[in-house]
Amino acid sequence: MTRQNRSGLRALALACGVALAATAAVAPREAVAQEKVLRAVMHADVRTLDPHWTTQTIAGIHGLLVYDTLFGVDDDFVPQPQMVGKYDISPDKLTYTMTLRDGLRWHDGTAVTTRDIIPSIRRWGARDPAGQRLLLFTDRIEAVDEKTFKIILKEPYGQVLATLGKTSTSVPVMMREKEAMVDPNTQVTEAIGSGPFRFAKDQWVPGSKTVYLKNADYVPRSEPARTLSGGKIPGVDRIELIWMSDPQTAMQALVNGEIDFLEVPQIDFLPILERSRGVSVMKTGKIDSTFGMIRLNHLHPPFDNPKIRQAMYKIINQEDFLRTVVGNPAFYKVCHGLITCGSPLENKGGSAMLAGHDPKGAAAAFRAAGYKGEPITILHATDHVTINPLTQVMIQAMREAGLNLDIQAMDWGSVVQRRAKKEPPAQGGWNIFVTTSSGTSGANPIIHTWIGAACDRGLFGWPCDPEVEKLRSAWGFAQTDAERLKIATDLQTRAIENVVYIPTGQWMQPIAYRSDRISGIVPITGITALWGITKR
Amino acid sequence: MFAYVIGRLLATIPVMAVVAVFVFFLLRIAPGDPAAIIAGDDATTQDIENIRAKLGLDRPMLEQFALWCWRLMQGDLGISIFSNLPVTQLIAQRLEPTLALTISTLLVAVVLAVPMGVLAAWKARSLADRVVMGFAVMGFAVPVFLAGYILIYVFSIKLGWLPVQGYRPIAQGLWPFVEGLILPSIALGTTYCALIARITRASMLEVLSQDYIRTAESKGLATPRVLLLHALKNSAVPIVTVIGIGIALLISGVVITETVFNIPGLGRLTVDAVLKRDYPIVQGLILVFAAGKVLVNLMIDISYAFLDPRIRY
Repeated sequence: MTRQNRSGLRALALACGVALAATAAVAPREAVAQEKVLRAVMHADVRTLDPHWTTQTIAGIHGLLVYDTLFGVDDDFVPQPQMVGKYDISPDKLTYTMTLRDGLRWHDGTAVTTRDIIPSIRRWGARDPAGQRLLLFTDRIEAVDEKTFKIILKEPYGQVLATLGKTSTSVPVMMREKEAMVDPNTQVTEAIGSGPFRFAKDQWVPGSKTVYLKNADYVPRSEPARTLSGGKIPGVDRIELIWMSDPQTAMQALVNGEIDFLEVPQIDFLPILERSRGVSVMKTGKIDSTFGMIRLNHLHPPFDNPKIRQAMYKIINQEDFLRTVVGNPAFYKVCHGLITCGSPLENKGGSAMLAGHDPKGAAAAFRAAGYKGEPITILHATDHVTINPLTQVMIQAMREAGLNLDIQAMDWGSVVQRRAKKEPPAQGGWNIFVTTSSGTSGANPIIHTWIGAACDRGLFGWPCDPEVEKLRSAWGFAQTDAERLKIATDLQTRAIENVVYIPTGQWMQPIAYRSDRISGIVPITGITALWGITKR
Repeated sequence: MFAYVIGRLLATIPVMAVVAVFVFFLLRIAPGDPAAIIAGDDATTQDIENIRAKLGLDRPMLEQFALWCWRLMQGDLGISIFSNLPVTQLIAQRLEPTLALTISTLLVAVVLAVPMGVLAAWKARSLADRVVMGFAVMGFAVPVFLAGYILIYVFSIKLGWLPVQGYRPIAQGLWPFVEGLILPSIALGTTYCALIARITRASMLEVLSQDYIRTAESKGLATPRVLLLHALKNSAVPIVTVIGIGIALLISGVVITETVFNIPGLGRLTVDAVLKRDYPIVQGLILVFAAGKVLVNLMIDISYAFLDPRIRY
């Protein structure tokens, strides 16, 4: 090949390259220009497509976009029909007859039938604690025809509709029969729902971006949208959930207009966001989103002794925890109760015990209770943005009370593994860990599993008190609001006496968004609904 | 040379086998349980055990290892525990951003650092030398995340010239691709620029004191010609070595830059997988990184033969 030929080829290659680059630069922009795209940064990345399989909140948010639920709560947390068109409760409150509304179709085009619904309820009920309780009281679920089915109870359980419309994870979404028949402990691999958005699996990059496309065939209810009830009308053509692990980058991206919605802005950044042009901050829901708690292991000394557990109340000042984690009093609340303060069941049962902060008398209280200086093994999640500071405050309070601490620093993933161990602390077990839970769960004694005391069948720490479990069950059968409040008060009193956990206060996680571009955000505590957001 | 390359490639097999054994068992020994993470806060011990059984994590460790090795020999790196997608697919999705960031960072570093190093050596102990070495010290001292945040504040928030974050594949257009890489490349490239500049200066100083340089100058050759053709060429081996090490470090070590600038690359995939205890992803990535390092080292060794005629394999 001559020098001239080589020069010619280089020139040709260069020209082709420039042309290709220019084409690539122009073409996609034209394609996306017609679409309305909502770009949202959520608290976590969508890594799992199965909202039944995991309790991760992000899986619930994904589930509510792609799937639909039989019921959805309104602004007052009253369950309203969603996929169900009409329903009937028998006078003995044992038979619930439900008929699916018209127009429900899966994203593959087939009709939603009771053949899908019944196994969906069973699959979700096998994994979700509230669902397990519902199925416990259910004699059978049977199809009447393609659109009508009956839930026949053994006892008049009063939480059927509330359970089917629960907002906390695992959200009771309905799946196609094919997926609903998959073992509940095995993750489904497809996300074909009947909800307002379709999951774009071919565009999914786990750890980076999850894409949903408007379901043009979705037939929404005619009622206005209220929390998770009413018409789910898709407001944009496409939703992109972008995962940003760095909160500062996410905040700057919102300020710079590169994203539209930031689900959990770090509270330190709120003043910056509030000052930024075109950005607004919104409180979500009527009740606080999160509460902190200290969980004690009831199986091993010293916290197998209820008096020592109760002595812990003396060293806990919720203000200390809340100031450290949240800082701004506008977003936090001291709550001397185990039922979420601000919820309909808020009460004063046992509150005096929780309000008994007495750091000076704490050491004497521990001694009087029989504490002999045994080492207390604390699982300290040093990588968790909330749990780490909560644990540090607790450690300081315990040190000041003269307790002998064995602090095990680890990442949250290791805490999650180790807290499941029932062995004594010296053999790989533990005495204390700190965690958080959602305000909506805490508002309902059935869903609020941390308030339970089901011994070996219960959650880590394994508090054991049949009376607490009896009261939780009784609450599910209460028929009036007054009756429910009375039982909730008794339950809280008993659970505080048993020290099922020590609350460290509750707070509200606001959201931030580009108010110059989007509107229609539905404030919901505990979970985020994106389908109704519109973009200018 | 050909036999040498084949020999080196064959030698990677035992290296990869050792890496595979270590990564598998170290991950299993480390605390953490993906089943507990999947099950969530409200799960009971029994729920966690059920998920462990379904994931096969309750089987004896040797059985799990044998199964993984068997799949590995068939080119199957496994399936992610959380996303249920093949690890090869997840790695392939993340390869382009990491390679793009690595190459652009090296470009920034080499294009700036080599002339700076040459200048510093040529004007040794002058003001120019001190400025270059001052920059090198600063480049080492300023953490990448701080440089990143400062660049974002100035060029994205205040001036609005460049995006804060994100990566656009080249298929979405040349400028969107380039504009997303400018700030991360500068932030990450500063450290490497400092390193390469220092090595270039040191290497050049040694060569500039050689007799043949004095001879070249005595013959009346122009200074640029002496510096570039005689001195720099003979200083190239240590410089190329550092650049090669930089490539290997960059491929696996861009975690912070990828996090600050939200680039969905291999570094972030690794950290996320470690935190979630997604064993198949971590195992697959470490094998890929190990293979990458071996190949880069091989390429550096081969390049020596081209740069220094005295070296023959």
